Formats: sequence, structure tokens, C-alpha cells
Amino acid sequence: MLYRTAGQFKTSYIKDQALFPVRQDAILLMIILAFAWVIMPLTASEFTFQTLLIPILIYSLAAMGLNILTGFAGQLSLGTGAFMGVGAYACYKMITIIPEMNPVVAILLSGFFSAGIGVVFGIPSLRIKGFYLAIATLAAQFFLVWLFEKWAWLYNYNASGAIQVPNMDMFGITVGGPRAESITQYYVVLAIVSLLTVLCINLTRGNLGRTWKATRDMDIAAELIGINLMKSKLTAFAVSSYVIGVAGALFVFMWRGAAEPNLFDIPLSFRVLFIAIIGGLGSVMGNYLGAILIVGLPVVLNTVPEAIGLDIKSATVEHLNIMIVGSLIIFFLIIEPHGLARLWALIREKLIIWPFPH
Amino acid sequence: MLKDILITPFADMIAAPDFLMQVLWEGLVSGILYALIALGFVLIFRSSRIFNFAQGIMVVFAALTLVGLYELGVPAWVSVILTLVVMFILAVSIEKIVLRPLVGQPDIILFMATIGITLFLIGFGEIIFGGENKIMITSELGIPTDSWVLEPFGGLLILEQKDVTAVAVAAMLVAGLLVFLNKTRMGRAIRALGDDHQAALSVGISLQTIWVLVWFIAGIIALVTGIAWGARAGVSFALEVIAYKALPVLMLGGLESITGAIIGGLMIGMLEKLFEIYWGQPLLGGNTETWFAFVLALIVLLFRPQGLFGEKIIERV
Repeated sequence: MLYRTAGQFKTSYIKDQALFPVRQDAILLMIILAFAWVIMPLTASEFTFQTLLIPILIYSLAAMGLNILTGFAGQLSLGTGAFMGVGAYACYKMITIIPEMNPVVAILLSGFFSAGIGVVFGIPSLRIKGFYLAIATLAAQFFLVWLFEKWAWLYNYNASGAIQVPNMDMFGITVGGPRAESITQYYVVLAIVSLLTVLCINLTRGNLGRTWKATRDMDIAAELIGINLMKSKLTAFAVSSYVIGVAGALFVFMWRGAAEPNLFDIPLSFRVLFIAIIGGLGSVMGNYLGAILIVGLPVVLNTVPEAIGLDIKSATVEHLNIMIVGSLIIFFLIIEPHGLARLWALIREKLIIWPFPH
Repeated sequence: MLKDILITPFADMIAAPDFLMQVLWEGLVSGILYALIALGFVLIFRSSRIFNFAQGIMVVFAALTLVGLYELGVPAWVSVILTLVVMFILAVSIEKIVLRPLVGQPDIILFMATIGITLFLIGFGEIIFGGENKIMITSELGIPTDSWVLEPFGGLLILEQKDVTAVAVAAMLVAGLLVFLNKTRMGRAIRALGDDHQAALSVGISLQTIWVLVWFIAGIIALVTGIAWGARAGVSFALEVIAYKALPVLMLGGLESITGAIIGGLMIGMLEKLFEIYWGQPLLGGNTETWFAFVLALIVLLFRPQGLFGEKIIERV
């Protein structure tokens, strides 16, 4: 009943190709956006901002970057963490070299550095495929993290070897650094994430996105129908690394506040990969669902023992968390290997014909 | 600068051949261990096309179980047998709970599932055994812990006997595995399954039995690796890092090749030590071992996309 599409006629091609051709989808999106832009910020506490809202947005953005590469262009990558690091370090260098730079501009620009590095490490993808490529991207992962540690210029020769976010002002409001308020940071993150999401949706629907999908489905066949594989794969690496780089810059500058090289180590890559896969490869919305699950779950699990009055050591809780996350990954893969996005698509399909079974 | 890269390292090698031999020996020993882990990967990949990321954590888990059982007062050799039982149970449950429902899914999904297994085992292991570093029960298992001191070229070369034992055991394991795969019914079944799932099923080879078997063999290999590596560095979850080292070995050797895994392991073990000592530490600030193997494998792969010994990739539309 709620999701009935009968009676919604499209009388022009433009209407048919709209981002949300079904009215209910658009309404649902409006509600979600209203929540994200107005209701959440008004009601959320400092804790919610820092442990849920901001990280969920940043992780979804990173997963979206990875999803472009893995889900749309079919190139499995395990080096996400390092590319996030490139974005973060590039942003740090820009901000410290030109302190009066607009932070949002710096964050958006830092993506270009990781895009460049991404293309360099994407070149092997022209020869190497499948799991061989996945391991090849690990070369980027380990090499870059090593570089963050050894190349002192990157962290301005700090004794600690870590990068520290300075106070950054934009139009008189502090948006980054120790003085910044969570709500401002939330809005900055939300704005950038929304912008890039719209960009990604359109990219994946357009010519480039179709080229990527053809490459993913069968690259030889794609080549035979005239798709330039080099262009297709390298643009996928570039766009994906750009988004991941921006996510990395946001990760450090809008959320963590400081970063050591090992923050970008392989667990971060896997976390993002989990989000992309559990959310659903080849889906934009899935990244959000996956991030909500993967970021939100540990937070919920942490509060459970206290809530039911069990006295467990925090170390044990952490290990239990890892264990539960591991089993949930397996569980979700078994019930729906195509991710939460597919699950939603199935529900939506059912809703459209509800209450009739067929 | 060029002199530092091209000439000085080799001059150093010639000036101190005993040190060079020591470096190569150390590299050889770690190479053997990389090869062992890679072997576990290869076995599983050949028979089921699953890229088993959990092999590294299985090493840790096996070693921890062994030490944990011994600490409970079980005699050393009995704990080895009990650990094997645990690894068998693990193999059966992985097959039953994780793999069976996922048969026929895309490779990446199965790969993710093994990462899920990895996380599960990390959490599970830490809860049961605790996160602290444990000492491997080397002498209790009858492994000699002395070292031989040789004096080639008037220099000094120290061979630890436990390393020699590790090399010998690894060689025996590999030989045994090759005989098993080539000469026994079960071994042939494993290879048949690797060649063609459907054809193997249609001549009556049971997929489930073989998968359990393969994961169990991977578990045995994991235990051997765990003992050998634990004797060198202690048993803790830090061991998991060596699992990553097995990945470039696989790339270099080819995902399907047992020979490739061994030769790749030895090459990477020795080359990364050489690079670290003669180039990495003086020129790059050290710790190059984290990435050298990957970059090396990447370069080799650019010329041979299926690795040195992998099956030639034939693509059809």
C-alpha cells in the first residue's frame, strides 16, 4: 500500500531517467535528509556525534570510494587504509604550509593527491587480475604506511611522528582542531559527504559508470565492444582514490584530531572493505547501511553488558566484540551475499505488491 | 648516492662473507616458514578456489592451543595430539557452518567469509588464552635449543639447532604432502576437485569430505608453522603478521603451485633479509621488510601475471 507505484506515469524521458523515479523513494530520501540535516544535529549529544554520526558518515564515504573500484569496476583492493592516509597527510601538509587556506578546500584538494597515487598503484591492474591484484594493492598498503613513518617531512619532523590537527577557521567559525565543536564538524562532514554522494550516484549512472560495469562483468568482452580498458580501470582507480582520500582527510581532520601512521594500517582497510561488502557491492546506498552496522554495532555491544548489569572487563568486551563482528560478517554473507542493499531492494519489491504475494 | 646503491652493498658482502651467510641463513629459515603458510593457502585454494585469509590466524590459534594445553598440565606430546583434534574440529565446523552455505558464491564473498573467520578466531583466542606473549614449549617437545657455531672463511656462523630442526621438519612435511597428493586416493581426489568441481563430483568424490580434509591438513601445517615460528619469536597474536608475508609468496609462486609456494617462500625470505641488511638499513631507515616482498612480487607479476609457477590464465569470452 505504502509503496504502490501504480499510477505514477512518466510522460517524458527526463522524468523516466530522474534520480528517483518512484515518488516514495524521493519522499523517503527527504525524510532521511531531514533527519540528517535538522533533527539529528538538534537532538544528538556530544557522545553520539563523536562515536556514531561523524564516523558513520566518514566510513560510508570511504566505503563508497572503495565500492566504485571494487563494486562498480570489479577491481578488488585491499589498500584503502593507505589511500585514506595519503589524503590525510596531503591535507596536513597543505594546511601547515598555507595556514590561511580554507579547510574545506584543503580537504577537497587532498583527494587529488591520493587520486594520483591511486592511479600509479592502479597501473598493475592492467596486467594483473583477481586475487593477484588484491595482493598487489597490499603493496601500496604496506609501502605507503612505511613511508608515512619514515618520511619525516610528511609530519613536519615532529618528535612524536604523529600529525596533529591545528585549529582551523572558516568564515570566522572554527571547524577543525581541538577548539572545534562537534556540531560544526558534523555539518562540514555531512556537506562534503552529501556532495560526493550525489556526484558518485551520477557518475555511476552515466557513461563512465557503464564502462566500469562492463569492465567488471567481463573485461575481455568489454574490450571487444570497444571500451578502452586502460581508461576505464585507471579512471576507476582515480575516482575511487579521490573519494577515499577525501574520506581520509575528513577522518583525521574532522574526527580523530590526530593520527599516527599505524592508524592507516591494514585493519582500517578491512573495516572499509567489510562495510562495502556487507552493505552491498555495486550499490551507493549500501555503503551507508554497512557503515551504520559496522560502526554502530561495537558501540551498541559496548553498552550491553552495563545495561544488563553484567560485570565484564573492558578487554574481554573488546574481544567479544571482535568475535561477534566476525560471526556477523559470516552470518550476513550467508543470508544475503549481495549485501544489505539487496536486502532492502527485496523488501521494497515486496512492499510494492503488498498485501498480495504476487 | 649511486655508489651507495650499486657498489657499497656488494663490497660489504664480499668483505664479510660469514655475515652474508648468516643473513642468508636467517632469510632461509623465515623463508621456510613463509613457504609453509603459503602451502596452507595453496592447498585450500587448489581444492576449493577459496582464498583462505584465515591461514595466518590458524597458525596462531594452533600454537596458542598447544601452549595453553601444556600450561594446563597436559604432557607435551599429548597436547600436540589434542591440538590436532582441535584443528580437526575447527576444520569440520568451518566447513559445516561457513563454507557449505556459501558454496557457489563469488570468490570475493568466500574471501570475506575467511576474514570473518579470522576475526572470530582472534576474538575467541584472546578470550580463552589471553593476549599476552607466551613461550613455545620448545625443549619439552624434544627440539634441541643449542646452536652450532661454524667458522667459514675464518668468520663466525651461528646455526640455531631449532632452526635446523624447523627446516628439516618443513622439508619432511612438504615431501610427505607431495607423496600424499600424488600417490594416494585422497590426494588424487583433492587434485581432481581442484581441476574441475563438477567433473570430480560426478565421479563420486565427496566435496564435503575433501574440504574438511583440506582444511585439516592446513591445520596441521598451521601447527607445524606455529611451533617453528613460536620457538623463534614466542606465541602471540603478533604472529598473525607473518600471514601477510605469505601473500607475496603466493603471488610470486602462483596461487595454485606447491613448488611455487616453496621456491617463492625461500626467495622472498632471503631477498628481503638481504635487502633489509644491505640496502634498507643504511639507505632507507630500515624496517623495509614490511613492504619489500610485496613490491618484489608486484614487479615479477608485471611480467608474469600468474606468478612464476601458477597455471597460465586462459581467458575466453
